[in-house]
Amino acid sequence: MVLVLLAALAPFVLPDPAAIPDAVAGATPPSASHPMGTDQLNRDLLSRVVNGGRISLSVAALAVLLSLTLGTLVGLVAGYAGGWVDAILMRGVDAALAIPRLFVLLLLLVVWERIPLGALIVVLGTTGWFATSRLVRGEVLRLRHEPFVLASEALGAPGWRTMTRHLLPNAAGPLLVAATLGVGDVILLEAGLSFLGLGVQPPTPSWGGMVLEARPLIVTAPWVALFPGAAIVATVLAVNLLGDALQAALDPRSA
Amino acid sequence: MIRWILGRLLQAAATLVVVILLLFVLMRLAPGDPLSRLVGDRDLAPGELELLRARYGVDQPVLAQLRSFVAGAVRGDLGVSIEHHPDRVTSLLASRLPATLLLGGVVLLLNFTLGIWLGVGQAVRRGSRFDRWTGRLALTAYAMPGFWLGLVLVAFVSLRWQLLPAAQMTDPMLPPDADWGTRLVDLLRHLALPALTLSLTSIALTMRHQRAAMLAVFRLDYVTAARARGLPEQQVRWGHAWRNTLVPMLTLLGLWLPILVSGSVFVESVFNWPGLGSLAAQAIASRDYPVLLGTAMLVSGAVVLAGVLADLGYALVDPRVRPS
Amino acid sequence: MSELLEVQDLRIRFPAPGGGISVPVDGVSLRLARGETLALVGESGSGKSLTALALLRLVPPPGWIDPTSRIVLEGLNLLELQGEALRAVRGGRIGLVFQDAMTSLNPVISIGEQVRETVVAHRSLRGKEARERAVALLDEVGIPGARGRYRSFPHELSGGLRQRALIAIALAGEPDVLIADEPTTALDVTVQAQILELLDALRTSRGMAVLLISHDLGLVAGRADRVAVMYAGQIVEEASTSRLFRSPSHPYTRALFGSIPRLESAVDRLVPIPGAVPLPDAWPPACRFHPRCPEVLARCSVETPPVVPLAPGESSRCWLLVKGAR
Repeated sequence: MVLVLLAALAPFVLPDPAAIPDAVAGATPPSASHPMGTDQLNRDLLSRVVNGGRISLSVAALAVLLSLTLGTLVGLVAGYAGGWVDAILMRGVDAALAIPRLFVLLLLLVVWERIPLGALIVVLGTTGWFATSRLVRGEVLRLRHEPFVLASEALGAPGWRTMTRHLLPNAAGPLLVAATLGVGDVILLEAGLSFLGLGVQPPTPSWGGMVLEARPLIVTAPWVALFPGAAIVATVLAVNLLGDALQAALDPRSA
Repeated sequence: MIRWILGRLLQAAATLVVVILLLFVLMRLAPGDPLSRLVGDRDLAPGELELLRARYGVDQPVLAQLRSFVAGAVRGDLGVSIEHHPDRVTSLLASRLPATLLLGGVVLLLNFTLGIWLGVGQAVRRGSRFDRWTGRLALTAYAMPGFWLGLVLVAFVSLRWQLLPAAQMTDPMLPPDADWGTRLVDLLRHLALPALTLSLTSIALTMRHQRAAMLAVFRLDYVTAARARGLPEQQVRWGHAWRNTLVPMLTLLGLWLPILVSGSVFVESVFNWPGLGSLAAQAIASRDYPVLLGTAMLVSGAVVLAGVLADLGYALVDPRVRPS
Repeated sequence: MSELLEVQDLRIRFPAPGGGISVPVDGVSLRLARGETLALVGESGSGKSLTALALLRLVPPPGWIDPTSRIVLEGLNLLELQGEALRAVRGGRIGLVFQDAMTSLNPVISIGEQVRETVVAHRSLRGKEARERAVALLDEVGIPGARGRYRSFPHELSGGLRQRALIAIALAGEPDVLIADEPTTALDVTVQAQILELLDALRTSRGMAVLLISHDLGLVAGRADRVAVMYAGQIVEEASTSRLFRSPSHPYTRALFGSIPRLESAVDRLVPIPGAVPLPDAWPPACRFHPRCPEVLARCSVETPPVVPLAPGESSRCWLLVKGAR
C-alpha cells in the first residue's frame, strides 16, 4: 500500500518543463510523444497534468497547514481556558460548521475580479479549521485534569507553556491523521472551485480548471478531461490511504 | 419531553442567529462590494451603478445594513435577485427547492440502504477479500470529484451509448397529455445519472461509519449473550448488534446534509438539474450575490434543523438518552 | 438420577501474544446429573468462565476447542453440532446466566422483549402467547410487578432485578442444564443470598442440573451437592461438598480454606496463598501448583501428578495421595 501511494505522489513533486501552446493542431489522442495526448491548444497534456498537480498539492498543503495552526490555537485556548471563553468560541464554531464550507468559499470568492493564488490559499485555510478546533479541544478536555498537567501548573508555568509543551504533543496523533485527510478534502474543494471558475485562475494549470476547459470536448476528445480527473482521483485516494495507514498505526482496533 | 424539545429548538434558533451574523460578516469581508463586479461584466452607464447601489442598500453605513439584513432574514425576506430582477430571492429558492429535495431524497435513500447493508457486510466479514475490496472501491469513488464523474458518465452513458438522458429533469418534448406512468419513467431516467453520481462519491462515508460502529458493538458482551440464548445469527446481527449502531449512524445523518448540498452544486450544474445547486452555480457565473447569500442561509438553516432532528432521533432510538 | 452432561478432557487453545499457543483450559473433565448442583470453584484466571462458554461452543475467536475434547449432552455430541441444531441447544437445552447483568443485557431492548424473543426462538409460541409466557417467567424469577416491568430497560433496574431478568432469559428456552457464572459477584450480600435461593428453588421445581461457577468457596457451602476445584486450567480436586469441607485432600483446596474468614473459630490472621496465579502462557511444569504449595515434594516439580481416585466421583491431582510418593 505504502509503495502505491508513494508512486502516486512522487511524480508531482518532480519539476517539469513548462508546456508550450500550439493552437493550430488542436487536441490529439495519446501517442508515443504525448503519453496523455494533447489538449485543445495542442499542449502536452502530461506536462500540464503534472504542473497542475504541483499547484494543487502545494495549495492544499499550505491551506491545511493554515487550518491546522488556527484550529489548534483555538482548540487549545477553548479547552484550556474553559468557562465562558470556551462557550463563546464553541458556539461560534458550531454556527460556522452549520454553513457548508463550499458556500462560505463561494461567498468569499465570488466578489473577486481575479483571485490571486495567495488569497485562495488563505481563504481555504481560514475556512477549514473548525473541525480541527473541536478535535483539539476534545483532547485538551480529556487531559485537562491529568496529574502531569496539574503539576505543570503547580510549578507556576504560564498557560502558554502548559498548553504547548504538555497538552499539544498528546493531540499530535489524531491531528496528523485529520490533517492528512484534510489535504484530500482541500484538493477536491480546490478542483471544484476551479471547475466553477473560482479557484486557480488560467493560464496557471489546475486540474479542476482543465476539466472545465475540456467540457466541450467531452465526446470528441474525452482524454482531455479524463486524465486530469484521474489524476485527482489517484492523488486523493493516495492521500486518504496514507491517512488510513496513520490511523491504523495509532489505533490498531479500527482496522 | 416537550420542554426538552423546546429547549433544543431554542438552542437551534440561537445558532441560527450566529449563522446569520457570520454570513453578514462574510459578505463584508470580501474586498469591494458585491456590486463592483458587475461593472466589469456588463456595460453600465455611470449613473446606473449608483442607482443599483441605492436599490440594494449597499451605500448605507454598516450598522444600517446589518439591521436591514437581519430584519429581512427574520421576516423571511432575503432580498431581490440581481440577475433575475425583479424576482425575489425567496421565490427563486422556493421554485428550485423541490428538484433538489427529490434528488437529495433519492440519494439519501440509496446511500443509507446500500451503505448500511455493505457496511454491516464488511464488519461481519472483517478482513476478508469482500471487506478489503469493497472498502477500496468505495474509497476510490470517494476520491472522485462529483463534476468529473458526472461528465464522464454523461459522455459515455448518455452521449456515446445513448442509454440515458444527458440533462434536465424531464423531457421537454413529452406530449402534454402523456399519462403519469410515462412521466414517472421519464423522471426516473433523468434522475438516474445525477443520483448515481452523488451516491457513488459519498457512499464510502456511510460504509465506514457503519462498519466501525458494528465492529465496536460486535465485541460487546450482550452480543455473545444473545448468541448464547440460541437466537438465530441474523437476529443477533441486526436485532441486537445493528440496533445499537443507530446512534452513531444518526450522527452521520446530521453530517450528511452539508456534503449532499455541496455535492449537488456540481452535479446539478453538470446535469442541468433544475435545483438549488444549479441555481447557486448560475448565481456564481452571474455574480448574483443576493441569491448566493439566500441559498447559503437556507442551507445553513436546514443543517441546524437536521441537528435538532438528529437529537430527537437519539432519544427515540436509545432509551438511555430520554429525559425521564 | 441420570447422567445428563459429560465433559471429557476439554482443552481450549489460544494463540499466545508472542507467538506460540497457550492452553487456558487443559484437560477438564466434569459430570453433571439431573437434579444436582455442581460447583466449579477457582480463582480468576483459572479458566472457569471459558469452560462455561465452551459448553455452548462460544469460545471467543481466535481461541478454539481442541478436537480431542468431548462434550456430550444426554447422548448428543455437542462438538459435532452445526447450524440449527447448535442453535437449538444454546438456550434450549443449556442455559447460561452471565456474570455481569449490566453488560450482558442489550441496553436498548426492554427486558420483557429480551425474554420474549428467547421464548419465540425455542418454543413454538407466537405473539400474545409468547408475551404471556415472558411475563410468567419474569414472575417466576421473583420480579415484583412482572407485567409492569416487562417494558423496563436494563438501566432502569437495580442490580438484583437485572440478575433476575438474566435468569429469566436463561430459563426461557426451558433448558435441562443451567450454568450460572458468578451469578452474585456484582451484587450486595443480602441480594446474593436471595439469588442463590432462587437458583436452588428453580432447580428443584424444574428438575434441572445446575453448574454453579464461583471464586467463593463459602458461597457454595450450603448450595452445591458436589464441588470441583479448578486451578490453572485443570480440575485439581473433585468431591462431595460435605467431604470437601470436612477434609479437603488437595493442598490448594486446603490453602483456600485457610484464607477464608470464619465466624466460628477465632483466627488470629488469615493465611493468604503466597505467590500469584500463573498465566495461561506460562503454566508451571509438572504440578502447576508446586511453586506455591506449602507441602511441596521434590517430585512435584518434575513429574506431573496423576488424577488419583479417592471415592466414586471423588478425585484429586496430587502426589501426596499416592502411596509411597514421599
